[in-house]
Amino acid sequence: MTTYRNRPDLVAALVQDDRVHRDLYLSEELFALEQAHLFANTWVFLGHASQVPASGDFITQDIAGRPLLMVRQPDGAVHVLYNRCAHKGTQLLTDESGNTGRFFRCPYHAWTYKLDGAPLAIPLKNGYEGTQLKACESGQGLASVKHVKVYRDFVFVRLSEQGPSFEDYCGEVLGAIDNMVDRSPEGQLTVGGGVLRNIVHCNWKMYLENINDTVHPMSTHESATQAAEALWQGHAPTDPKPMAMEQILPFGSGYEFFDNMGGRVFANGHSVLGVNFSIHSNYAQLPEYEAAMRAAHGETRATEILQRSPQNSVFYPSLSVKGSPQAIRVIRPLAANRTLIEAWSFRAAGAPALLFERAMSYNRLVFSPMSVVAHDDVHLFESIQQGLRAGGNEWVSLHRNFDAAELTQSTITTNGTNELLMRNQFRAWAKSMVAGMEVAP
Amino acid sequence: MNDPRDFVAHEAALLDERRFDDWLALFAEDGHYWVPLLGAAQVDPFSHNSLAYEDRLLLQLRVDRLKNPRAHSQHPASHSQHVLQPSRIAQEGAASGEVLLHTPFIYIEARGDNQTQLSGTARHRLVRTPTGWSIRQKRIDLLNAARALPAIQLFI
Ligand code: FES
Ligand SMILES: [Fe+2]
Repeated sequence: MTTYRNRPDLVAALVQDDRVHRDLYLSEELFALEQAHLFANTWVFLGHASQVPASGDFITQDIAGRPLLMVRQPDGAVHVLYNRCAHKGTQLLTDESGNTGRFFRCPYHAWTYKLDGAPLAIPLKNGYEGTQLKACESGQGLASVKHVKVYRDFVFVRLSEQGPSFEDYCGEVLGAIDNMVDRSPEGQLTVGGGVLRNIVHCNWKMYLENINDTVHPMSTHESATQAAEALWQGHAPTDPKPMAMEQILPFGSGYEFFDNMGGRVFANGHSVLGVNFSIHSNYAQLPEYEAAMRAAHGETRATEILQRSPQNSVFYPSLSVKGSPQAIRVIRPLAANRTLIEAWSFRAAGAPALLFERAMSYNRLVFSPMSVVAHDDVHLFESIQQGLRAGGNEWVSLHRNFDAAELTQSTITTNGTNELLMRNQFRAWAKSMVAGMEVAP
Repeated sequence: MNDPRDFVAHEAALLDERRFDDWLALFAEDGHYWVPLLGAAQVDPFSHNSLAYEDRLLLQLRVDRLKNPRAHSQHPASHSQHVLQPSRIAQEGAASGEVLLHTPFIYIEARGDNQTQLSGTARHRLVRTPTGWSIRQKRIDLLNAARALPAIQLFI
């Protein structure tokens, strides 16, 4: 049954000013349309250039259901190719990462290609004389993704031909990547320590909303924070905390704390939560590192970088960044009711090892499949995925702090518990879904 | 319980009976529970991340959380079954009083209608005490540690 294909009016109607329809989370048809439209029309995070340091290094990664290859060129550039042999479609590489040498060689009939995808050689070449192969797509080599942006080593792709430039699409939220990279006195980050991968049986948008949900920690994480507080009881506030306690205890902060941390939304669904402070603001100071930062960036910029520790910065639709600790989450939708969440840690060149330890520790405690904090989140996402089937009410409320004035503004700074950060995501969802959608005759 | 292989079987049984306090009491003061993200290939818990790397403080936090009625993910509660192959003594230090055991296993965690199955090898580093054995490190090398996993809520 198709309801939404080529019906931009019906798709757009799922997102109202202050609520969204449950089909957004439940419909497999909408999921297929998201793969075709939303994830093609937007700039989606693919990977980090430090994953492919040397010529011939590659990673394979599906984006919006399309298998892609990111590969380092002999001249140092990063290219993104479709992982599909020009002959009959075999994936050229099926390892997650590795080095392909100086060319690609298809395992099926041994067609070979240069690292930029240009055709190199075909066995039994004579057989193609007098045929149309050269003129056909199959004779042109590997297709490459045309719209690739490497922004301070973060690699993004836009799969559709038409659409906004990377800078126009991301706008001011790019400051979150700048902040994270500039935490390295040398301006260089490297992915480190592996990626924690979680399968969550819920719609990807639910996970992304929760990244901006500050009303839930008190009730959702009560079991973990109560246990942590009981264990830490009796210690003076000035006692040095083990890193795990430093990172878990702030989850128990009250509503006022989260409201006061503030948030900001930008055009295209992006946001920064915790513009004033966050649960990451009070990590122990590191005087030598801060001196190195002042030497690298100057007093003013160093202070600005170090004092900004937002809770989460969302690059809609699939990347969430924490400058401190140096960690990102990547949302990889698999089906309407199944999402892969990755948690990555970074090393910052010139910064003490402690920063990397904090990133790994935070990811392990909060985003590991064996996390002590996330089990309750995951249970609730999976519960919503079932609960929405209940009927009786087909709508999800996003009314908190709704103000009609927000409909005509793009950048807004607001209180931390305002559901505007989520409404902003869904407005962007509707826009990217219908952009370029044909209208049924 | 003199034979450390019996100790390993007992340790798993405590988990499957959800006797988490008794289980935690088996750990030495400096004991750790470790599930490396690279499985058997991982050399240490610091240069690469882990699915879990916990000292007694964190293990206590986990156990206390599981008892909290507001541990939402435990409605319904999870249950585990460890299916152990016979343990092999991989190393014995007469001087240190330590013994290292390898125990290949299948682990099943069940909750509601869902079952998660994991397999790998448990590596127990045990130290002899006046009353028996205690755990200096329980390391779990999963077969597929770095792949995407659903929530694992109890102790492998
Ligand atoms: S499919 Fe690749 S060479 Fe034939
Ligand atoms: Fe949460």
